[in-house]
Order: sequence, then structure tokens, then C-alpha cells
Amino acid sequence: MKELIRFLLLEDPNVRTVVFGTILLNLSASVVGSFAFLQKKSLSGDAVAHSILPGICMAFIFFQTKSLWVLLPGAFVTGWLSLYLVDLISRHSKLKQDTAIAVVLSVFFAVGIILLTYIQHSGSGAQSGLDSFLFGKAAALLEKDLITYAIISLLVIGVTVFFFKEFMLISFDATYAGSIGLPVRGLQLVLTTLTVIAIVTGIQSVGVVLMSAMLITPAVAARYWTDDLKQLLILAVFFNTIAAIMGAYISYRYPSMPTGPWIVVVISLFAFASILFAPKKGLVYSMYRVFKHKSLILKENILKALYQLGEQDNGFRDTRALNKLLAKRNLPLWQVYPALYRLMFEGYLQHTSKGWALTSEGMERGKRIVRLHRLWEMYLSKNLLLASDHVHDDAETIEHILTPELESRLEKSLNFPEVDPHSSKIPR
Amino acid sequence: MIEHVADPILEIHDLTVSYSKRPVLWNIDLTLPQGVLAGIIGPNGAGKSTLIKTAMGLIPKASGYVKLFNKDLEEVRKKVSYVPQRESVDWDFPASALDVVLMGRYGHVGIFKSLRQADKEVALDCLRKVGMEAFADRQISQLSGGQQQRVFLARALAQDADLYFMDEPFAGVDASTEKTIIALLKEMTAKGKTIIVVHHDLNSADEYFDWILLLNTRLVASGPTEKVFTKELLQKTYGGKLNILSSVGDLLHNEQFPNRE
Repeated sequence: MKELIRFLLLEDPNVRTVVFGTILLNLSASVVGSFAFLQKKSLSGDAVAHSILPGICMAFIFFQTKSLWVLLPGAFVTGWLSLYLVDLISRHSKLKQDTAIAVVLSVFFAVGIILLTYIQHSGSGAQSGLDSFLFGKAAALLEKDLITYAIISLLVIGVTVFFFKEFMLISFDATYAGSIGLPVRGLQLVLTTLTVIAIVTGIQSVGVVLMSAMLITPAVAARYWTDDLKQLLILAVFFNTIAAIMGAYISYRYPSMPTGPWIVVVISLFAFASILFAPKKGLVYSMYRVFKHKSLILKENILKALYQLGEQDNGFRDTRALNKLLAKRNLPLWQVYPALYRLMFEGYLQHTSKGWALTSEGMERGKRIVRLHRLWEMYLSKNLLLASDHVHDDAETIEHILTPELESRLEKSLNFPEVDPHSSKIPR
Repeated sequence: MIEHVADPILEIHDLTVSYSKRPVLWNIDLTLPQGVLAGIIGPNGAGKSTLIKTAMGLIPKASGYVKLFNKDLEEVRKKVSYVPQRESVDWDFPASALDVVLMGRYGHVGIFKSLRQADKEVALDCLRKVGMEAFADRQISQLSGGQQQRVFLARALAQDADLYFMDEPFAGVDASTEKTIIALLKEMTAKGKTIIVVHHDLNSADEYFDWILLLNTRLVASGPTEKVFTKELLQKTYGGKLNILSSVGDLLHNEQFPNRE
């Protein structure tokens, strides 16, 4: 705990550099990556990330320096070239975009590895550290590099904010954007360039192989929480920042742990948790809803069966043994028992040693289900002209979902019928 | 039967458009008067959408030219509006109905500038015109097909143009949306706007449009509905009498042969 507080207070200048560094390196990636995600270009980021390696190596071979101001432009050139080639191949050949990406990515990466191996064996003393581009080196960031990354990140984010509505339009509907005279290709070029810049900086933290996760995953997580593009960008930045801080903390606390891969693990956990638990869109929510519907149907079917038994014996509130209920409606016992007790707690049923009886609320609710069932059968046979032996199964479902508003519309449109197609009385 | 008019609002002159050298529109030559509700009718693959996309400068021309208001498109861009096919976009995009309609104001606001309150009011007003004001804040994926089409229409209205190109606005919409849209279009033409609609339901064509273009790679006919919507011309459009033309098209495509020297 003390360690965590010391970490969060950022007293140690090294910690400060690493934390701000990891945040800054991926800040722009999460913003422009959101557009790549929305344009369904998730894989092109991967192509760029891999294609950056030969650019870095060539810049080093030509200039024999590891200064960022030399290596980053080199990275930018080959990264950008790879996207241009992907575009060229998919437009002028029979190959589809995914194939073009796979081809370009592997060729560029292969050349990159060849050059890297050559540099490492050429024996020049300054080469050590180039392979950090391969796997990232967030923990080894220098304070003087921070300023560079801060400038680049702010530039990328600034341009994105400036072009926000144009980027939104070309991502949603490029054809329409062209029809109102927007320079769609030019804007796409700007967005592509920003993406390459973001990848070039981000690669320092997580490396070539993991970089596409930093572009796409924050947007994936954010998409589950909002339907608004501005909020999506802000959330993506937020998730990314938290992941960066947690990654930095893990490698601070356990020095043998790498920062970059942990950032990817954390952001992926965010995405995974969002897919599972986000309200409305999450899997857990939809499973919960299925469960809720099933349990509602079960409870209402019990009330309905008891009400129908009441119709038969002309005693709606009589106490009935469980086997009488099961004879009316056969349900597995493991489902019936919990449902009966829940209905009792909710005030719809009373339980005595002789069995179960409807309360007045339970009777009303059972009556309503029977009424809706018969109204719906009436509607199907009158308005959809279905034969009376074809309407029951449909009504079995619909009786549980009709709202009071639809109920009164239904009654009105059927002119308040007395009986259903099977001549059973519709209770009121 | 191609009827030409004096002082046309749209003039297409000897237009040929090719995909991979295969002509999809072949020597289209037509003029259209102001204030009509025109339907482009023809079989699948006849080039209907291509024709309006080319008129909007979205597809390069192999030859010929298009004039709007007797001018080039660039000079009159703000007076022209285009409604793409509903299926052409991903409706899962994180945007509300209002966001989409506001896109119709981008051309007026200008690039890089922010939307003003006045633009928002115009957009809301346009949503009202298509009966969608209650859905302004609704995420677009939660709208039905008909409602999505209304949103697209509202976006076009927000452009406040004089000439509208609409690609299949009646495709996959419910009957009440179709009625709302056609009533709105008729109201607009009554005010002097010109609307050109890609349509493929022959049953409603003569009831909806007062000018009809019959298209099947070449222009079979263009003129007032009562003159053009005849059994003979429809048969010419839909019948398989274009075999030689499509064979030559195949040849151009297979040989990758330019269609102009």
C-alpha cells in the first residue's frame, strides 16, 4: 500500500518519466485508432506497425545515430509507404484488402528483421537498443524524449479535434462527404498520416507486435459504453491512460515485469470486461434479460393455471394441492418450487399445509394473463384470419409481453369482445 | 423517345461511364426541366445509381459532361443535394439521428468551422418535416429502416438545395414512410425544387413521377410520364434486346480496351 501511494504521488523522478511517458506514447494512438476502428480498418494499423522497423533500421544505417529526430522520420516513411502500397494493391489488382495487408506486412517486417540482424552483427558500438523498437522499452524512457513525445501527441490530438466533424463524416458516409464537396481523399490522407505518426510514437512503449492493440482496443472498450463519437474518443483516452498507469505500476513494483505487454494486458481486460458487463450491450446484461423473461413467464403461467382451475371449479381463491396445479400445467418441480415461493413473497400466493391459493392480487394478475391470451387469440383470428386451432401457441408468448396501453388498444379495435375464438369467456 | 427542353436545370451530354473499361452508361444525352419530380427506371445493373453518382461528381466520366443550372458542379455545389442508398453506410456508427442530419449543414458552415445553434435549429426543423422530431437523440442503429431513410431525407433537406438526387429512397421502407416521403417530395417540387429519384417499382412509377427516364446502360427514353411510360418503351428497357451492346461491353472489358481513342 505504501508502495502504491509513493508511486501515485510521483515522488521518484524515474517513476514520473515512465508514467507520463507511457501515457503520452499511446494517447494519440487511442484517438486516431478509434477512427480506424470505426472505418473497419483495424488491421491496417498492424501493417504500419510492422512496416516501421525497416525505416528505423535504414535511418540508423544511413546516419549512424539513435536520435529520435532521425529514427522517427525513417519510421514514418516506411510506415506510410506500407499503407500506400496496401491501397495501391487492393485498388489495382484482384487482391482484397486483407490479403494486401498480409503481404505488405510480412515483406516489410522481414526486411526490417534482416536489417536489424545486419546492424547487430556489423559491430558498430551504437547499435544497442534498436531492438527496443521490436518489443518496446517504456521503462527505459529518457526525460528529454518526453518533450518530443508530448509535442507529437498534442499535435496529433490537436489536428484530430480541428478536423473532428470532417473525420466523423468521412468515417460514417464517405460518398455523401464527396457529394457536398469535401476533399475526401485529402482528409483520409491526413487521417492516415496521423495514424502513422501515432503508431511511430506508440511503438516505443509496446513495440511493433503489440502496437495494433493500443490503436483498437481502447475504442472497442469505449464503444460498449457510449453511442456518441465525442464520448467514445474521451473514453478511449481514459481507458488508455488508466492502462498505462497500471502497466507502469506493475513494472515499478516488480522490476522483472515489462511495462508494454502489461499495458496491453490491462487494456484488453478493460475491453473484455466491457464486452461482458457494459449496461445494455454487455453479454451479462442480455443473459440477465433472458433469465428475467423466463422467470416472468414461469410465474405468470402458474398464476394463469391457478386462475383457470378457479374457472373450472368456480372458486378462484380455493386452496389447491400442488399435484392439481401440475395436472393443469406440467412443469418440472425444480422450477415450480422456487417460483411458487417467489410468488408468495411477492404477495400473489398464500401457502398452507393443504396447498396453494391465489391472493386477490394473484387472482387479478392471473385473470389479466387469461384475458390477454384470449384477446390475442381473438385478434389473430379476426384480423389475421387465422383458424382458431392455430392461435393458441402464439398467444402463449404474447400474453406475457402486452402492455396495458396495447391491451386497451386491442380491446378497442376488437370492440370489447365477450368470448375468444374457442368460445371461452374473456374475463374483465 | 428523348425529349429535350430549353433552359434545362440538368444537362447530361454524351456521357459514358465505365467500370474497368466496361461501359455501364453509354452515350447518355438528356435534359431535364426545372420543378419536375423525375424517376429513373430500369432493370438491375442498368446504371441508375451510377448516373446520379456521376452527376454528383462521385464517379469519373469516361467522356461527356454534366451541367447543373447550366454550370459546372463545383460552382453550384451548395444548390445540389445527394441522398445515398440507405444500405451504403454502417448504421452502427456512434451517432444520433440529429448528428446525421447536422451533416447536411457541413457544406454551409464550411470546412473546419463549428456548427452554430442556428444549424441545430435547421436540423431539428428538418427532422420535424419528416416526422422524426421525437427521435432526434436516438442512436441511429435503433431506428427502423423507414426511420433511417427519413433521417437521410432530413439530412438532404438541411442542405436547403434546389436540385436533389435520391438513390432508392423507397427501398425497404414501410408503407407509411413511403407515403410521407412522396407527399414531401411533391410538396417540394410544388415550390420549384427539382428532384431526381432512382426507383425500381414499376407499379408506383407513373403515379409518383411527372417525368421519367428509362435507362438500361443506354438511355431508352426521357420525357413526361404520359409520353414515356408506355408498354412499348418499357419492353424496350426491360426486354433483352441489348445483346449486341452488352457483348461489345464484355469485349471492351476483356481486352481492357479504351472506349475513346
